[in-house]
Amino acid sequence: MTPSVESPSSPSVEAAAKATAKAAPLVIAGRTFRSRLFLGTARYPNQQVMLDALEASGAEVATVAIRRVSLGGQSETVFDLLKDRYFILPNTAGCYTARDAVLTAHLAREALGTNWIKLEVIGDDETLFPDVEQLLQAARELVADGFVVLPYCNDDPVTCKKLEAIGCAAVMPLAAPIGSGMGVRNPYNLQIIREQCRVPVIVDAGVGVPSDVAIVMEMGCDGVLLNSAVAQAREPVKMARAMRLAVEAGRLAYEAGRMPRRLYASASSPLEGRIQL
Amino acid sequence: MTKQPIDSILIVGGGVCGLGVGWRLAQAGRPVTVLERREIGPGSLPAATWASAGMLAPHVEAEPGEEKLLPLLLESHARWPAFARELQEASGVDVGYRTEGTLVVALDRDQAERLRFQYEFQRSLGLELVWLSGDAARQREPHLSRHVVAALYSPHDHQVDNRQALLALRQAFLAAGGVLRERATVAEILVGNGEVQGVRLASGETLHAPVVVIAAGAWSATLPGLPPEAQPPVRPVKGQMLALQTPPNAPLLRHVVWGRDVYLVPRKDGRLLVGATVEEKGFDAQLTAGGVYQLLRRAWELLPGIDEAPLIELWAGLRPGSRDDAPILGATSVQGLILATGHYRNGILLAPITADAVSHLILTGETPESIRSFGIERFHR
Repeated sequence: MTPSVESPSSPSVEAAAKATAKAAPLVIAGRTFRSRLFLGTARYPNQQVMLDALEASGAEVATVAIRRVSLGGQSETVFDLLKDRYFILPNTAGCYTARDAVLTAHLAREALGTNWIKLEVIGDDETLFPDVEQLLQAARELVADGFVVLPYCNDDPVTCKKLEAIGCAAVMPLAAPIGSGMGVRNPYNLQIIREQCRVPVIVDAGVGVPSDVAIVMEMGCDGVLLNSAVAQAREPVKMARAMRLAVEAGRLAYEAGRMPRRLYASASSPLEGRIQL
Repeated sequence: MTKQPIDSILIVGGGVCGLGVGWRLAQAGRPVTVLERREIGPGSLPAATWASAGMLAPHVEAEPGEEKLLPLLLESHARWPAFARELQEASGVDVGYRTEGTLVVALDRDQAERLRFQYEFQRSLGLELVWLSGDAARQREPHLSRHVVAALYSPHDHQVDNRQALLALRQAFLAAGGVLRERATVAEILVGNGEVQGVRLASGETLHAPVVVIAAGAWSATLPGLPPEAQPPVRPVKGQMLALQTPPNAPLLRHVVWGRDVYLVPRKDGRLLVGATVEEKGFDAQLTAGGVYQLLRRAWELLPGIDEAPLIELWAGLRPGSRDDAPILGATSVQGLILATGHYRNGILLAPITADAVSHLILTGETPESIRSFGIERFHR
């Protein structure tokens, strides 16, 4: 009898492999997203590169700073280019006080017809670290006002727990300062945040390369938001695809579960039944 | 009532592109009329030609994602010296072409990292650039801040006085027999049977023409009557600028100097231009406290010697930004309707090749190789 080896290209096997190798979708505030990568729309060489990068990234969510663009008017805005194909998540970049951020969120809701807001309240010009006190205050006001709030915050588990308690739909701790490309500077804090928060954890800011993305996704973080790592790359469109693959790889690895670590080697082929010479 | 000769070519927009194309057509003996909705000169603000800084800098401004545009920029850059000479001879106006070159400086470690990235990228494109220490940069420009830690020197990135160039083009165009109509607002581009038929002015007057060139800068997409497939995806991108006066015989700078989000352009008459913000604000061309503050702060960081310099002018312009930052040149699906717009930050630099290539297309019916990949059809994929 000849040993039967099923061809890897057999359709039934392939379909089964695809079904089991599919990452779970991301759900935020009851909305399901097909991609766990959120991409920012600033600092690209031009709009066409931004559009091509968004497409290559597979992202469904595109973030847009409300201050950076004018809303309405006769000319082609970034919203016009994006609105038909992406879930636009407005952000409050450039706000330094709770009051400022709340006003900007309202402006975004009126102009774009969305109650989703990525809340940023910056506390320091050099590092762009969030101002926790102002952030919590703004989050409280916006949640009470019916917004779906996704706050950009420090990689501080206590802050994240407070934001969750306020009713934020997700928490978005930073990996490193915005635009720094420094990578994951405190993986242990992110791990604690992941373990302690029940809402989705989207790592926002600071990643530079796909391995940074893979690290936080393998840890079980629910998604990654990035911008400069793609926009400022030598070839943004290629880097967008690289980030997409890293998000998918990291998520699948998390769901698959890593093997146990061991100090010593272990032969992959069984040693039993070897031919004794 | 109309002074327009039979079969005159109409050009909508009296900026550096419209007048450049018009000049070439007039030189070739074709009847041509340029329609300018305001007046050529200061009154044309916030149109881009008067507002810009006249940098001819394809080398230091090359950035990732725009490699396809670079050959066009370099080709036009190569044409500028002869274009400037010809323009000066035809108009008697000195267009202020200067060849000292451009410096891009870094003020701290992070900026130096960024500059190194830029240097390596631009060198990989085969562009000639020299890496300088902070001290070497200050030897070239002694008034630069002591905080300058590194710089790129680009010998081939030159400058021209864009305002003088525009006035020169106006002269040259008229001298070659072109007709200029200022304060002539186009109310509608007339199209029928798939071909352009002329324009209707806001005054009610109709001008018939077999060829109409859209060179209306940031306003190019807003002209009524353009069918959707011929409407260029051009939007206004606001830039605020200011000018300082320095002594012409003891200028603070000789090179064009770039820093983070600011550039400084010295003119022969001692004016030092400081630019420019990049803002997506639609057709709003207001000056703002924040915009002017950022320009002054960044300029002062680079060149503390401006402290005592009189601030003599503030203005804002609207760049005609296309979706991929490259110009939109050539024929459309409407017979006789030609585009010469969307030059974004490169209108002055691209003026010679725009004038040559678009006039060539009109005169011969053939689109020159150099602009073939810059047609509007690239947005219809």
